[in-house]
Amino acid sequence: MALDSKQVLDTREFKVVGTRVLRPDGVDKVTGKARFGADITAPGMLVGLVLRSPHAHAKIKSIDTSAAEAMDGVHAVVTAADFPNIELDDFTADVRDNCLAGAKALYDGHAVAAVAASSNHIAKKALKAIKVDYEVLDHVTDVDEAIKPGAPVLHEGGGNESVPEGSSPNIMARYEFGHGDIEAGLKKADRVLERSYKTEATHQGYIEPHACLATMGPDGQADLWCCTQGHYMVRNTCAAILGLDQGQLRVTASEIGGGFGGKTTVFLEPVAMMLAKKSSRPVKMVMTRSEVLRATGPTASSSVDIRIGMTKDGRITAAAAELRYQGGAYAGSPVEFGAMSAFAPYDLENVQTIGWDVVTNRPKQAAYRAPGAPMAAFAVESAIDELAKGLGLDPLEVRLKNAAREGTVASYGPTYPAIGLEATLRTAKDHPHWTAPLGENQGRGVACGFWFNFGGDTCVSLNITPDGTVTVSEGNPDIGGSRASMSMMAAEELGIPYEKVRTIVADTGSLGQNEVTDGSRVTFAVGLATIEAARAAKREMCKRAAMVWGIEPEAVEWKDGAAHPAGPNAGTHPPMSLAEIAEIASNTGGPIAGHHEANPEGAGVSFATHMVDTEVDPETGAVKILRYTVFQDAGKAVHPDYVEGQFQGGAVQGIGWALNEEYIYGEDGVLQNAGFLDYRIPVASDLPMIDTVILEIPNPGHPYGVRGVGETSIVPPLAAIANSVSAASGVRMTDLPMSPPKVLKAIQDQ
Amino acid sequence: MSKIHVTTKINGDPTEFLCEPDETLLDVLRDRLGMTGSKEGCGTGDCGACSVTVNGRLVCSCLVLGAEADGVEVATIEGMADGDQLHPLQRKFIEHAALQCGICTPGILVAAKSLLETNPNPTEEETRYWLAGNLCRCTGYDKIIRAVMEAGKEMREAS
Amino acid sequence: MVKVKIWGSLAAFTDDQREVEVEASTLRELLQGLGTSYPGLKPQLERGVSVSIDGRIYNDSWFQPIEPESEVVLLARLKGG
Repeated sequence: MALDSKQVLDTREFKVVGTRVLRPDGVDKVTGKARFGADITAPGMLVGLVLRSPHAHAKIKSIDTSAAEAMDGVHAVVTAADFPNIELDDFTADVRDNCLAGAKALYDGHAVAAVAASSNHIAKKALKAIKVDYEVLDHVTDVDEAIKPGAPVLHEGGGNESVPEGSSPNIMARYEFGHGDIEAGLKKADRVLERSYKTEATHQGYIEPHACLATMGPDGQADLWCCTQGHYMVRNTCAAILGLDQGQLRVTASEIGGGFGGKTTVFLEPVAMMLAKKSSRPVKMVMTRSEVLRATGPTASSSVDIRIGMTKDGRITAAAAELRYQGGAYAGSPVEFGAMSAFAPYDLENVQTIGWDVVTNRPKQAAYRAPGAPMAAFAVESAIDELAKGLGLDPLEVRLKNAAREGTVASYGPTYPAIGLEATLRTAKDHPHWTAPLGENQGRGVACGFWFNFGGDTCVSLNITPDGTVTVSEGNPDIGGSRASMSMMAAEELGIPYEKVRTIVADTGSLGQNEVTDGSRVTFAVGLATIEAARAAKREMCKRAAMVWGIEPEAVEWKDGAAHPAGPNAGTHPPMSLAEIAEIASNTGGPIAGHHEANPEGAGVSFATHMVDTEVDPETGAVKILRYTVFQDAGKAVHPDYVEGQFQGGAVQGIGWALNEEYIYGEDGVLQNAGFLDYRIPVASDLPMIDTVILEIPNPGHPYGVRGVGETSIVPPLAAIANSVSAASGVRMTDLPMSPPKVLKAIQDQ
Repeated sequence: MSKIHVTTKINGDPTEFLCEPDETLLDVLRDRLGMTGSKEGCGTGDCGACSVTVNGRLVCSCLVLGAEADGVEVATIEGMADGDQLHPLQRKFIEHAALQCGICTPGILVAAKSLLETNPNPTEEETRYWLAGNLCRCTGYDKIIRAVMEAGKEMREAS
Repeated sequence: MVKVKIWGSLAAFTDDQREVEVEASTLRELLQGLGTSYPGLKPQLERGVSVSIDGRIYNDSWFQPIEPESEVVLLARLKGG
């Protein structure tokens, strides 16, 4: 059932929600007992390894696996030709081609074959024995180069119906959003800024490489253990590619060592299943870090042109953006979300965004935290800052003056309900950080960010045990403490202590379909289903108490963890606690449970404002983050520690994106920095504490007012840091990352 | 390739194993001894998820050969708690929500324990530099640094 | 009749109208109506869309009621990370 818009917001005093309880998986994770993707084993398992293309773009003329197959200890070799010949939708067909290349290797690191052998040594030798006959083709890795006439073409005729005739064949889709008249609006401006910005691709950088273990019997039954953000997605995708019944494939999610969007698709799993089928043995596959960087999804790189007009007093009269995102070798860069979110924080009369989805010879992009939004915000928030400074205006005041609020028609179409942007801006303005003194070569920057959030298919099953404790089964891998939040919401609703509830992540055989852990949906949607499941259990428990008391169930109410007689004819029975009702469940109709299956819609949008101080070393161009404060609306913070953790983690990923992280390709189209030494994510010594201010503007779409918080926090940092660097050094950086050589050159050139 | 016979002590337990000459200590721990608490995030000594101590010295076990464990004492995350008594660092990590996904946690705990043994009263900056070899992608390090410093404080007060 | 705002690049399939009218009282009727009246929209509808109804975003719920005066906006299908 869809949540209807009349959902009553629970404004009671919370007892558990909002506290900082200990997470249930804490002990396992601090003692090394928690089992992550690579920690799963099976008796008799083989080692699976992947052979990858050394070329950025090449026709695969033939693959000779005979020598590898003949080796002792090699039990199976597979190529794309081993996939069953099944008609798939375009999206899944691309996923399959990315798992094992078909006609062409489309990027450095593209999987072309895989082996399963009795040891890692033998598997490595077998990879060397596979002979691939490549016809190397010209390649292109830059988004702007890819759409020039004469650029190497990845897929002839790949663009969809939105692409105008005569466009580059590397353009897959075009999106346009907005309203009003840009040219008329620009004429009203006192100052117009036209500026272009570029961002490099960055990787989600989860510390746990992809890993899985597959078994598959001749009876068509299969089991898969893997680290993923969504084991139901893994099941459905693998079943489609391999031609299995979804019900015959059981997928169990291990603990997951980070994902940030990068584990919302499959890379190894269908390959491991084919190897398991061919070898009749369990097959385990674990990627190396180099494979993770070369062949799993980074986010898109971008090239964005901005035009914004502003009056002398800071009102934006028109705002336009043209965004080009390359999402690697397949259609589907998140440019539409860039185009939809670019100006979402502002109330604009004239606004237009155009997005172009471009393919290049790079790995297929995967979602990365608020996919597509950070690059757009980098361009827009940098341009607004530059305009404000040029006009001698306060950048926070300018944002307040133009801020979207309830009733604003968003740049992507809808009219906003109550939203929290203005609150984040006002809180930022009143915060001591805003007026703290700065030293030489230091500067302060601010920027805003937005994300949509959504719900999606969700199942929760809540069981009352005979001793009156509670177990909750959910279908979403816990990536940052969500089991704690579910237990908290169940305890809150049932009126029992948090310690009496244990939440587990169930396998695909135990619950119905669950959307991936993404889109900042879990605390919102799974939380909502948990609350509804608890309410169903409460109704049943009230019924059981009514039976014992010999009164109507309607004359029983649930409060403080017990059934109470209520109303004029209910009598004066002493309350029956959850444990007392549970104890006699066998005598009153059998076990008690509540479950809820839904596709909750109505996730509330989320806004944040970030403030950052940097110091720029004029001699080296190095940028140091001195102070950082996140102001974000959480609707209702169920577990404030983990809300803060999301704010802090997102901000620091943004810091990495802004300052260090980039995919560096050589002339040969080969990735040059496929390791954590050269692909440098922020380390502890790079950073100060990340201060957070949680605002709570309830989301009317959730019974406790929860809105997703995970994604928005990566949207503002890129621009906030660029604006801070500009204030500190006088140079306006329009090309990310702002690595020392680039900043130094900009300083020297000014 | 013939295997090498290694006699070592892991978390105080006398241990013997056979390994290939080129096999890392991390692979031995994980694949031969079933001690999967040490994690492989990179295999190149950049992420610190496989941190262990060898004769008290903090190392990346992915950069140590299994054969090098012969005659030494190795300490891993599995040996950090004393029975059901968590080490103060382990407790503070849970209390401060210093982990989100938890994949980096074992390595960071081993490294932090080594820090507090070397320097029982580290400044925030010293803590940040000591842990600079341990990557965490979820937390932004804020709560990790707080947890380590709090654990240090508690351990100083207890001693 | 419900007024539906569509995004700019879809106007190529709606005779350049950025707002179209469809007879619909539910999300399902809306999506079917759009496809019938403007067949050029079908490929995008099949790839997936989200729909904002009075400021709230719906991805799938066919029987979500839509009032004649509701503000309805077609959006690219939302994904997350």
